[in-house]
Amino acid sequence: MPAATTRAPSSHAPDPEEPAPRKLYRSADGRMLGGVARGLAGHLGLPVAWVRFVFLGLFFADGLGALLYAVFWIVVPLGVGGVGGVDRSLFETAPDGRRRLRKPDTGQVFALLALLVGAVVFVGNVDMGSKADRYVWPALLIGAGSVLVWRQADNARRAQWIEVGRRRRVLHLARGLAGVALVGLGLAAFMVVRGSAAQLGTALTAAIAVLTGIALLAGPYLVRMTQDLSEERLMRIRAQERAEVAAHVHDSVLHTLTLIQRNADDGGEVRRLARAQERELRNWLYNPEGTGKEEAEEPSSLAEAVKRAAAEVEDKHGVPLEVVVVGDCPLDEKLAAQMQAAREAMVNAAKYGGEGGAVQVFAEVEGRTVFVSVRDRGPGFDLDAVPDDRMGVRESIIGRMQRNGGTARLRSVPGGGTEVELEMERASE
Amino acid sequence: MTENTEATGGPERRVRVVLVDDHRMFRTGVQAEIGRTEETGVEVVGEAADVDQAVTVITATRPEVVLLDVHLPGGGGVEVLRRCAPMMGAVENPVRFLALSVSDAAEDVIGVIRGGARGYVTKTITGTDLVDSVFRVQDGDAVFSPRLAGFVLDAFASTDAPPVDEDMDRLTQREREVLRLIARGYAYKEIAKQLFISVKTVESHVSAVLRKLQLSNRHELTRWATARRLV
Repeated sequence: MPAATTRAPSSHAPDPEEPAPRKLYRSADGRMLGGVARGLAGHLGLPVAWVRFVFLGLFFADGLGALLYAVFWIVVPLGVGGVGGVDRSLFETAPDGRRRLRKPDTGQVFALLALLVGAVVFVGNVDMGSKADRYVWPALLIGAGSVLVWRQADNARRAQWIEVGRRRRVLHLARGLAGVALVGLGLAAFMVVRGSAAQLGTALTAAIAVLTGIALLAGPYLVRMTQDLSEERLMRIRAQERAEVAAHVHDSVLHTLTLIQRNADDGGEVRRLARAQERELRNWLYNPEGTGKEEAEEPSSLAEAVKRAAAEVEDKHGVPLEVVVVGDCPLDEKLAAQMQAAREAMVNAAKYGGEGGAVQVFAEVEGRTVFVSVRDRGPGFDLDAVPDDRMGVRESIIGRMQRNGGTARLRSVPGGGTEVELEMERASE
Repeated sequence: MTENTEATGGPERRVRVVLVDDHRMFRTGVQAEIGRTEETGVEVVGEAADVDQAVTVITATRPEVVLLDVHLPGGGGVEVLRRCAPMMGAVENPVRFLALSVSDAAEDVIGVIRGGARGYVTKTITGTDLVDSVFRVQDGDAVFSPRLAGFVLDAFASTDAPPVDEDMDRLTQREREVLRLIARGYAYKEIAKQLFISVKTVESHVSAVLRKLQLSNRHELTRWATARRLV
């Protein structure tokens, strides 16, 4: 079918990492009938109104527009997007859904034939004077009925992807019934008009008998097929998940284990690797987004910044840092300075107090105050005994905090560890 | 950590413990670390690998403390807690639970604490600290890891906003202070020294927090969890 295989002549170039040709989809967003015009407009990069106008114009050319529209409707699968929403195509996230949708199923082909017959009858009779009424109205009824049912099918399929419309089930049912009733009415009208109303009973009986027979023969097969299909889909989803986990484990865990084997004698290095790996896996397993990998851009919130700094120090010095963050707030300039001071404190704690166990980092946002404490259980030291030329604590921590309007306290008990407390007011908004 | 078991531990006291964890290696490790009864006073009387086994073993042995993993086949630690609820509430030798998990995700922690566990420690804990925690739990006190204290502070911080809170839903200034020090990595006796109160008082503050966490307004906690996309 020409419409389905149309390549992209549009202004939207295909994604560089996905060289497959862009397919045409009907738009499920903001459509009026089948979403054909919207989908086409999105595909061609034209305003929807133009496309709709062309269809309307063609309609007056012996109903060609309606015919064309119907063909598009049947052949082109429904997608999400169209004008203004091209990037939201759902098929990237549900690749298996695409393959199934691409095949027009037989029911649709039959429906197309029915509609074609209806259209032909319509066109053939539209200017036949008094006889017209006898065919035109039933045909219109049938057409309207099928349109109703078809859109219904689209909506049902769409609701399968995006979990919406559950509360509208009654409405959907009503619409479906109305469509069936309209088609039935149209067909009955044909029969009445053609004078075969007398044999209506016999014809109905025969039709019902045939339908029942078909249902009995094909029913179990159809049920079985849908079951198999859904089962297969489930298996595929599982397989995908497993593949993803395997890929992740392969990328990080196996790699780390190899490194550990190679560095088995270097205890510090092994600990460092294990900690980094543990943190990454933990992040990956327990974070809602499940992204333990991409940490490229700058942190935007305090909690993120604290965790990032701690992770970096941990990686560098091989000392575990336990981070507890209470509350969160966006980073501003003053807080960024506080973060730098905290980082310096963490480095000091890891360097000089790392033997006593994990370094505890605690950050709390309380109202307008941000409090950070870094605590180690190392040997501790006497600040006054530190020579004046050692600028680490004085400049990087205490001085930096004071310059930015905060306070830093240093508590160190020889033999009982060191704690650095940093307090900063948030900039007023 | 260099902390000793001090007065609460010691071989002169005995505590009967059941280990519930689905990793046999881990159970063996914990057993080797704390199960030397002569030294630590901890006697491991049973082990279990899933929920059903755990309930059976706990009912049969009636230990004083259960070290409970959060992620277990058959419904997890929360399910064990639910089915052992009558034994927890027993007047004579109640069974107490201490959650011991590799996960320190908020929903796991809050879940088992609400289920009735008396404390929560992560698997990175040292042997001596674990023994200490077991004895503390046996005494009916709560054991909080710094991270757990952080979660609790976080949970109660958001309940401060509405003015019509019952007293039960709020932490007193003192409890908050204690929790904050726990979150900063202080041991109970260090907190006592810092606040000029006795260790017993610290422990009773912590127990009060635990009770409030279990009883506190379900609604608030749900909202808190929802805001963090935990449920």
